[in-house]
Amino acid sequence: MKTTYREALRAALREALARDPRVFLMGEDVGRYGGCYAVSRGLLEEFGPERIRDTPLSESAFVGAGIGAALGGLRPIVEIMTVNFSLLALDQLVNNAATFLHMSGGQLSVPLVVRMTTGAGRQLAAQHSHSLEGWYAHVPGLRIVTPATLEDARGMLWTALEDPDPVLIFEHNALYAMEGELAEDAGPVDLDRASLRRRGRDLSLVTYGGTLPKALAAAEELAAEGIEAEVLDLRSLRPLDEEAILATVARTHRAVVVDEGWRSGSLSAEIAARIQEHVFFELDAPVLRVCTAEVPIPYPRHLEEAALPQVAGIVAAARRALGTG
Amino acid sequence: MSAAGEAGGTRAPHELELLRGMLRIRRFEERCAELYGQGKIRGFLHLYIGEEAVAVGVMQALEPGDAVVATYREHGHALARGTPARSVMAEMYGKLEGASRGRGGSMHIFDAPRRFYGGNAIVGGGLPIAVGLALADRLQRRPRLAAAFFGEGAVAEGEFHESMNLAALWGLPVLFCCENNLYAMGTALGRSEAVTDLALKASGYGMPAWPVDGMDVLAVEDAARRAALHVRGGGGPAFLELRTYRFRAHSMFDPELYRDKAEVERWKQRDPIAILAARLEAEGRLSRAARDALERELADEVDDAVAFAEAGRLEPVDELGRFVLSEPSPPAAERTP
Repeated sequence: MKTTYREALRAALREALARDPRVFLMGEDVGRYGGCYAVSRGLLEEFGPERIRDTPLSESAFVGAGIGAALGGLRPIVEIMTVNFSLLALDQLVNNAATFLHMSGGQLSVPLVVRMTTGAGRQLAAQHSHSLEGWYAHVPGLRIVTPATLEDARGMLWTALEDPDPVLIFEHNALYAMEGELAEDAGPVDLDRASLRRRGRDLSLVTYGGTLPKALAAAEELAAEGIEAEVLDLRSLRPLDEEAILATVARTHRAVVVDEGWRSGSLSAEIAARIQEHVFFELDAPVLRVCTAEVPIPYPRHLEEAALPQVAGIVAAARRALGTG
Repeated sequence: MSAAGEAGGTRAPHELELLRGMLRIRRFEERCAELYGQGKIRGFLHLYIGEEAVAVGVMQALEPGDAVVATYREHGHALARGTPARSVMAEMYGKLEGASRGRGGSMHIFDAPRRFYGGNAIVGGGLPIAVGLALADRLQRRPRLAAAFFGEGAVAEGEFHESMNLAALWGLPVLFCCENNLYAMGTALGRSEAVTDLALKASGYGMPAWPVDGMDVLAVEDAARRAALHVRGGGGPAFLELRTYRFRAHSMFDPELYRDKAEVERWKQRDPIAILAARLEAEGRLSRAARDALERELADEVDDAVAFAEAGRLEPVDELGRFVLSEPSPPAAERTP
């Protein structure tokens, strides 16, 4: 069936609410407004105000309340409008959700799911456009997933709800309108493994989330030049599927990491480091990176586009990795 | 309890229990301070000495199913909630037998079977958790409440206001227990709050508030029972301002440059343990012999806790990575019955 990323997310929410009475959704404007990005539209009418809960603008309180509700036996889904707003709830996510199980000696698991929007591309400027999922991936105790396909938009939520630990789902805002075919019986998917979205022998493009479509478009362009790029979608940023990363590099001997996060102290740096730690002698070229320019994301379209990883930049990096650029 | 019971002799044993609960915390923590000096306990150690009437009094109003969220100064709350002294002491020793496998130390005592959710060392950080615990009870139609203990320093934090608002907005069964000991570490209340009448903060959220003499355990119990009745009756959250004082330094590193010794001495005249004991003695309800027996019993319990902690094991280093994420449940056949 034809659907969109947004509709797939909504179908996943609807299914979860219907299947498990412990599940409820809360966040800013998830009810009457229908969700800032319209993901939860219609759910209030279907499931009522007890399970579709509009919250005040109190990120710390409603994320912390999600933790408490999870400890109290429920399966909360907390929506935070954007990753930038999640900074107001960092105390709850990093000091509480991520620590309780370990710090309590295994007594308290926190089965909390937090969904939030990340990424740039809609001219929303420097307080609504950042990609901070790499920061969260720094923190032990959290699981970080980044659905980049319709299947993952549809399937990651239920698996996250069944997970006994906190899972943060990062939805890239440029993907909400993405259209495509989704099987009628599409259902839960695993959260652990990276997925090869394209096979190729010449180099590996390692990416996730909002830059997956760009990496796939770059691979198309490269194919026209006779360069076959493999595209690995990480899907999970914590834990990282290290095996899949090393395996693709061992096959192609060249890697370009594409990450909408900033370059310094980043997830892309982590991936490059792991490649050189484990398969250095497989490499025929240095690991290259295509990241967002080290600036707060600006408003005007031309500057925003210049700041972000783009297809042309990925193609150019691939050529450099092959010594043809 | 019948009116006759209130007025008659059944009250004395209860008051003796309150005395025992407070003295138990006092003696336990005095030993902790000694052990800290000997290097047996490390990290931060925040003593509750002087404030015992608050935890002991409030706990009288709680049921086993209620949830408790506390701060980093929580030995007293854990003990009053029923966590064994052995478990608390072993935790401070960092031993595997401790409440949190020794991983949390003094500031992070957790006891899930008693619904004791820490031990939170971020000021204000436990309050949203309490709101969520109460929300879970409400949505699952369980007649319980969540008691959140926090210091007056937390009133300056955004999480306090966010949590008060959310609990009041949704009418959740949260008992907010503000332990006003007048100092946020070294910052006096008047130096951190524009309005120092803390009950007024609650009225800003349409929440009933009771200012209470936190040095009088009976007054604390009475107020906590009234507030708990309101909360359990579906009246939404309530706020207790428990006016108390910490007799010792903020932590073992604190040189106490910010307050007068005379002020500390004045408050010590209101020692909740001494006052209750003197009253019971004057009324002939606590004999010298009974007091001595109580002291011996508590000394034995603390000795036992220390011996238990000393004999405890250190968690093997190869278990360092356990419980970062949950472990898969073992197959049914492997579970011990």
